Amino acid sequence: MSSPSDESGKKLGMWLFLYTEIILFGGLFVLYAVYFARYTSDFIEGGKELNRLFGVANTIILLISSFSVAASITAIQKKEKKRAMAGIVAALLCGLVFLVNKFFEWSHKIDLGIFPNSEKLLDGPPGQNIFFGLYFVITGLHGIHIILGMTLLFISLVYVQRNRTNHERFALLENSGLYWHLVDLIWIFIFPLFYLVI
Amino acid sequence: MKSLNTQHFFEYKILINVLLTLLALTGITVIASYIDLGKMNVWIALFIASIKGSFILFFFMHMKYEGRVLVLSFLGTVFFLGIMISFTFWDVGFR
Repeated sequence: MSSPSDESGKKLGMWLFLYTEIILFGGLFVLYAVYFARYTSDFIEGGKELNRLFGVANTIILLISSFSVAASITAIQKKEKKRAMAGIVAALLCGLVFLVNKFFEWSHKIDLGIFPNSEKLLDGPPGQNIFFGLYFVITGLHGIHIILGMTLLFISLVYVQRNRTNHERFALLENSGLYWHLVDLIWIFIFPLFYLVI
Repeated sequence: MKSLNTQHFFEYKILINVLLTLLALTGITVIASYIDLGKMNVWIALFIASIKGSFILFFFMHMKYEGRVLVLSFLGTVFFLGIMISFTFWDVGFR
C-alpha cells in the first residue's frame, strides 16, 4: 500500500525555506542601504567601476532562464516531456553563461586590484571598500545560489528523463523552479543597486 | 479541502508575454538610470524592480493560483522584512 504523495506539503516546505532566503538577502540589502545613506558619493563612484553591460546581459540571461523553467513546468503538466526537458536544458545553459560572465567580471576587478582586503581598497576611501566588500559578498552568495539552483535543475532533468517526474508528480521540478525564480528575483534587486546607482 | 491534484498552469503565450514585459522593464530601468534625479533614482530603480519581482512572483512562481496559506505567509515575510528595514533605519537615523 502506498500513500499518495503530498505535493502541496512539499511546496509549502519549499516556500518556508524561500522565506528564510528572502530574509538572508534582505539583511544584506539593509547593510547596503545603511552604508549607501552614509557614504553616498563613494557608492556612486564604486558603481561607476562596474560594467553595466555585464549587469544588463546577466539580467536578460536570468529572465530568459526563468521563463524557460516556467515553460518546462507548463510542459510537464501538458505531458510534453521533450519540451519540459528542453526548457530545463535551456535554463541550465543560461545559468552557465551567467557564471562565465561573472567569472570574467570578477577577474577583471581582481586585475584592477579590487578585491576584499586589497591594498587599493584598504588605502582608498572607506566607503568604496565597503561598496566592493558588499559587492563581492552579495554577488558571491548569489553565485553560490546559481550553482545550487543549477544542481537542483539538473537533478530534475534526470528525473524527468526517467519519467520519475511526470504530469502527476512534478513537485521536484516545481520546487527547483521556485528556487531558480527566487535567485532571479534577488538578482533583479542586486542589478539596479550595484550597476545602476545613479 | 480542494483536491490534491489541482493542476494550474499558464499557457506558453502568457509566459512569453510576461518575459517580454520583464525585458521591457529592464530596458526602462536602464534608461531611467541615465536621467539624473538625485536620490529619486534609487527609489525609481527599486520601484521598477518591485514591479518586475511581482511579475515573477505572480506568473513564474504561480502565486496567482496559490491558496491563502502561501499568500498570507509570503505577505508575513515581507512584513517582517519591512520591520527589519524600518527599525534599522530608525536606529541609524536617530543616533
